[in-house]
Amino acid sequence: MNLNLLTIKQAQEKLQKKEISCQELTQSCIIQIENTEEHLHAFLAKNFDQALEQAKKVDRKIKQGEKLKPLEGIPCSIKDIICTKGIRTTAASKMLQNYEPLYDATVIKKIKDAGAIILGKNNCDAWAHGSSTENSDFGPTHNPWDITRVPGGSSGGGGASVAADQVIFALGTDTGGSIRLPASFCGIVGLKPTYGRVSRYGAIAMGSSLDTIGPMTKTVEDAAIVLQIIAGTDKKDSTTPAVKVPDYSQALQKGIKGLKIGIPKQALGQGLDSQVKTLFEVSVKELEKLGAKTKEIEMPYLDYGLAVYYIIMPAEVSSNLGRYEGIRYGRPAKNAADLMEIYTKSRAQGFNPENKRRIMIGTYTLSAGYYDAYYKKAMQVRTLIKKEFENALNKVDLILMPTAPSPAFKLGEKTDDPMQMYLADIYTINLNLAGVPGISMPCGFANGLPVGMQLIGPQFGEEKIFQAANAYEQATGWHKIKPKI
Amino acid sequence: MKLTKAEVEKIAKLSRLELTEEEKDQYAGQLSDVLAYFEKLKEVNTENVEITSQVTGLENVYRNDKINQCDCQKELVKQAAETEEDLIKTRSVF
Repeated sequence: MNLNLLTIKQAQEKLQKKEISCQELTQSCIIQIENTEEHLHAFLAKNFDQALEQAKKVDRKIKQGEKLKPLEGIPCSIKDIICTKGIRTTAASKMLQNYEPLYDATVIKKIKDAGAIILGKNNCDAWAHGSSTENSDFGPTHNPWDITRVPGGSSGGGGASVAADQVIFALGTDTGGSIRLPASFCGIVGLKPTYGRVSRYGAIAMGSSLDTIGPMTKTVEDAAIVLQIIAGTDKKDSTTPAVKVPDYSQALQKGIKGLKIGIPKQALGQGLDSQVKTLFEVSVKELEKLGAKTKEIEMPYLDYGLAVYYIIMPAEVSSNLGRYEGIRYGRPAKNAADLMEIYTKSRAQGFNPENKRRIMIGTYTLSAGYYDAYYKKAMQVRTLIKKEFENALNKVDLILMPTAPSPAFKLGEKTDDPMQMYLADIYTINLNLAGVPGISMPCGFANGLPVGMQLIGPQFGEEKIFQAANAYEQATGWHKIKPKI
Repeated sequence: MKLTKAEVEKIAKLSRLELTEEEKDQYAGQLSDVLAYFEKLKEVNTENVEITSQVTGLENVYRNDKINQCDCQKELVKQAAETEEDLIKTRSVF
């Protein structure tokens, strides 16, 4: 067996039992990256030398019979929007193409403390603006199931890396679906935790009231293992409440029997691909067979989520990207006459069209005379959406929806029509507005392309999600089907 | 509602973005489409509905305003493209 195919759990056990060495494991991931990168372009920076050095140290520890830490010796990759000390971090933007952070993000510090080995940085849409990874300033990532298709976005590099077994797991960010959409398109597991469950310190900010960091993994169990490490309050991120981090591994064993799962009628309407709908309906039956009780629920405000999101997110984007002016970050434009021209010209050169659209939409909706009509209105409807989730999750344990309206689309198919691209997020964005957690996991294939579904829990209710998702995964085994690349 | 070229120019100025003539035309159309989609929210009655600007329920998270030395001033300044004697260089303000 190629070691790069292992899950975190399997690799951990084999390392500890001395069945495999960490150098073999790391090397097999590196070989897979070298064999497949030409087709996938999932990486923007590689860290192989340091990774192999670290693997050697882990092997020494194993030889001496020391107990390994939870992620010790496990090769992973990191979305290039999360700061890694000494490893170039570009946010996939030309603006930051030479930026080397002087510090690690909190999640990086945590996975390093737990022993993880970072193989490199994953491609994404520049500043995480996109649903396909085509907005990367360094070229798109391709879907391992069909390289003429997108991997989803914005964490598309991570999705492709995990699906193609280039790494054992990846970390992504999710502001409106950027972990779950690539998870769905690439046939892997992606968890968007509760807003505030994982510190965002060191993640380059996009929409600060929406941004989350989470695991992209091969199994539900692995997602629980990674969340266990990265979750928790952090003094450096004041939006992380001091809610106790439960033992997620316990939740995995609890099973699904008796759990009530609500299916919003509004999630199965217009715009949903017929094959995705059929697979979703089969999955509902499977969940019932496993002992869950499902029922249709009404969530009428879901339909307004996309409009709310595309007001609030660009507003926050326009503020967060204000600091990139070509002086402290990036390069000042050569032909600028004065300070104002440094700003306008450097930003014109450093940002791509999608970045510019979002900055301008946000600037417009926040500007005098339009604030009430757009931004305030959106924040009010956000309240209604949040309450709708709370009410629904008082009556049921979990909510089930498709992750995306279709399987992976073709490269170039939606790049000329921003509104069409935004519609790919229609099922994912509401969770970010409400702050609730959700997992996307494989639920079948449509014409050879993976399709995902998402299980949604209440704020800080990741345990119930793991409980149901693990039972479904074990019963169906979709995660065992791999792309031929 | 379609944004005029003058409106796009004003938004671009506030956004500190220099746009080409071609971009102005392109964005006028694309931004208008997106703004038209926002009209959907008019269907929702939001009278007396509070706003949600954050979802954690946390308020006023304080810390002591204590200064710590990071010993990285030089490296931080060096991250700027143009520097001189540990200072970041830029064009004149006026």
